[in-house]
Amino acid sequence: MMLAAGIIALAVGTYTFRWAGPALRERIRFPTRVVRLLEVGAVVLLAALVAVTALPTDSGHFEFALPAGVLVAALLAWRKQPILVVILAAATTTALLRLLGVA
Amino acid sequence: MRSIWRTLGRDTAAGIAAVCLAVGVIGVSYGATAVTTGLPPWLPIVLGVVVLAGGAEFLFIGIVAAGGSPIAAVLAGLVVNARHLPYGLSVPDVVGSGWRRLLGVHLMNDESVAMALAQPDIERKRAAYWACGFGVLLAWPGGAAVGVLIGTFVPDTAAFGLDAVFPAVLLALIVPALREKATLRAALVGAAVAVASAPFLPAGMPVLVALSGLLVAGRGSDQRMGDAAGPESSELVSKSDRTTCESGAE
Repeated sequence: MMLAAGIIALAVGTYTFRWAGPALRERIRFPTRVVRLLEVGAVVLLAALVAVTALPTDSGHFEFALPAGVLVAALLAWRKQPILVVILAAATTTALLRLLGVA
Repeated sequence: MRSIWRTLGRDTAAGIAAVCLAVGVIGVSYGATAVTTGLPPWLPIVLGVVVLAGGAEFLFIGIVAAGGSPIAAVLAGLVVNARHLPYGLSVPDVVGSGWRRLLGVHLMNDESVAMALAQPDIERKRAAYWACGFGVLLAWPGGAAVGVLIGTFVPDTAAFGLDAVFPAVLLALIVPALREKATLRAALVGAAVAVASAPFLPAGMPVLVALSGLLVAGRGSDQRMGDAAGPESSELVSKSDRTTCESGAE
């Protein structure tokens, strides 16, 4: 029962976060400069998410395979390769390095 | 639905399909992990549908399975999901209006927001957001259900390098935006702040703290690449190993 309440609380809370952004934008007129900053904000959030995911700090030793895969993805994306190529190259790089026991 | 695909073009559509496939496979691993830790089989599937945010669900299930209190699990999950609020502030136009928005905001996740950001015009932003959002809505709980069914066999997503897919996708999608100097500067500072603060903050917080990178973007373009963030974020970077381009010029 406690668990069900927890699930509902997490679902409702998360939905509220998702709903709040568009709702706020409708009610408040932001100046152009702020709107531009908000757009950059999404890119900053995603970039930070990439960095934190690619460089996990929870384990004691540094794992090389994952950041290497993400780095390959960065290079290919910068050279305007299709996203499918980027995805496959990242996964393959990381998988191969683990197979070779580099990490 | 067909018109959505036509709007998107082949490359983006293939990209969305690939992202959903990866999400699905990670979902299988998630569902299998959840039941092998002794949690009821419906839990990961229900969470997948109503929360629809992988990181928070993993955390929630991890805390509950370890015998932690559901209250702690909820709070941890909410901290991780707080980033959806700034997401909604950045892409308010893609979620639709009226009754459609009730579903539209629920489809907001890292992948759908990044997909929308990567499109050149509002028409395609909207199409990419909804296509990717729906795809994830099907793939994530669907994957979890398959994982629950195969239960004892936990696919090792790490062996196939699948954990690299998520950051790679997000990166590929924000690269066009990063070609702009001010955005790149803000993103680099934000990422550095996030990585440096990660060991000291609970999950989900470092990404929010990264928004301090906006202080750099908000300032004029009289500075060049490699400048440090403002004093506010310098304080956050307590003892960062200065691997990134921070020079403390202020």
